[in-house]
Amino acid sequence: MAEGSTLEVAVVSAERLLWQGEAKSVVAKTSEGEIGILPGHEPVLALLLESPLRIEESDGNKMMVAVHGGFFSVDSNKVNVIAEVAELAEDIDLERAQTALSRAQAAGDETEDPSALKRAETRITVAGTGKGLS
Amino acid sequence: MGAQLRVFRRRIRSVQATKKITKAMELIASSRIVKAQQRLDASMPYLTQLVDAVSAAASHASDVSKHPLTATADKQERAAVLIITADRGLAGAYSTNSIKEGEALTRNLNDKGMTVLPFVVGRKGVSYYRFRGRETGGEYTGFTDQPSYADAKRIGEDLLTAFHGDENQEGGVDEIHVIYTHFVNMGTQETRVRRILPLEVVDEVIEPNESGMPFPLYEFEPSPEGVLDALLPRYIEQMVYLSLLTSAASEHAARRRAMKSATDNAEELIRSLTRQANQARQAEITQEISEIVGGADALSA
Repeated sequence: MAEGSTLEVAVVSAERLLWQGEAKSVVAKTSEGEIGILPGHEPVLALLLESPLRIEESDGNKMMVAVHGGFFSVDSNKVNVIAEVAELAEDIDLERAQTALSRAQAAGDETEDPSALKRAETRITVAGTGKGLS
Repeated sequence: MGAQLRVFRRRIRSVQATKKITKAMELIASSRIVKAQQRLDASMPYLTQLVDAVSAAASHASDVSKHPLTATADKQERAAVLIITADRGLAGAYSTNSIKEGEALTRNLNDKGMTVLPFVVGRKGVSYYRFRGRETGGEYTGFTDQPSYADAKRIGEDLLTAFHGDENQEGGVDEIHVIYTHFVNMGTQETRVRRILPLEVVDEVIEPNESGMPFPLYEFEPSPEGVLDALLPRYIEQMVYLSLLTSAASEHAARRRAMKSATDNAEELIRSLTRQANQARQAEITQEISEIVGGADALSA
């Protein structure tokens, strides 16, 4: 890989800077569909959906971050992921997420918080994959 | 031991107990100031990124000044004021200052012919409004010493709902102000007023930098307007969050100062009581000696 051809990624949540480092690629889900970012991508500013964000670090390690709303911007190999709430795999309480999932499923269509189901699913995906890798 | 001396000793013990409590509160407040400041610093990257993105989107969106969150209403009749006070007392004039500032702003707006709908954060402010039987748009308690983003989001959503009014855009407020206590440093905190809605981001956006291109040529997904629609509410929430955080730091600083002077006063009180107690003890001894001497004299006479 040529010099300067990695992505500088920063994941920022409202409360703190969550993760910062170099990466080979970032895959995110936006309102228009999935988007993969490789070094040299054109500037983009896109809204994120409730989804797992996949980052492949420069040492080949793949990590996932659960992002709950927010956006990300790409400009000259800098990727800034700005989420109101974001969680790394190791910060997620899998049991709690599963309880939330079953609760959200039980509530079905009458749920007060329509994003609860999606949120729980995202957490479980991230936590499950994260544990499998580490 | 004489009655007088016993009373002094009891009062000294009681003041000493109070001093221990105020000293402990002072130390706790000091450590919490640092924590609150760290939280404030930790939330800064988010704000910077958000402001950059909002500015970028605003410079590309077709007509920002027409956006409902930035447009100034033709007739300004209603305003909302978010007043941030403390949940607990013993913080000097912290809550009182916010409430006073709120009253001043309310009068000011009333003079302009606007009605004011208060939103109150903190038990002290809430009880002030309840006691006077005034209606509030929202009351939030239980987190002022350690506000989380979720708290700010709840308040932000309520404020936005109030701003938008009902489905026909009727009955909404035209302006939203926040009264918070800015944390300047350990010694200084200022009560400040900030208007958060309608937004004033537009003025700063247009100026390009030296290269003539203020922002990268972003590709917006779904569209500049769509991005802006999604980001502006986040911006409001972040403003509320920052106000809560800086107010929390100020609250701890105010409490630390109040508790420091309480501790100093207790020390002063203990000193003067000890002196009085010594005097009483000495008087007692003198009296006993003169009684003994008097008794001996009477016997030998």
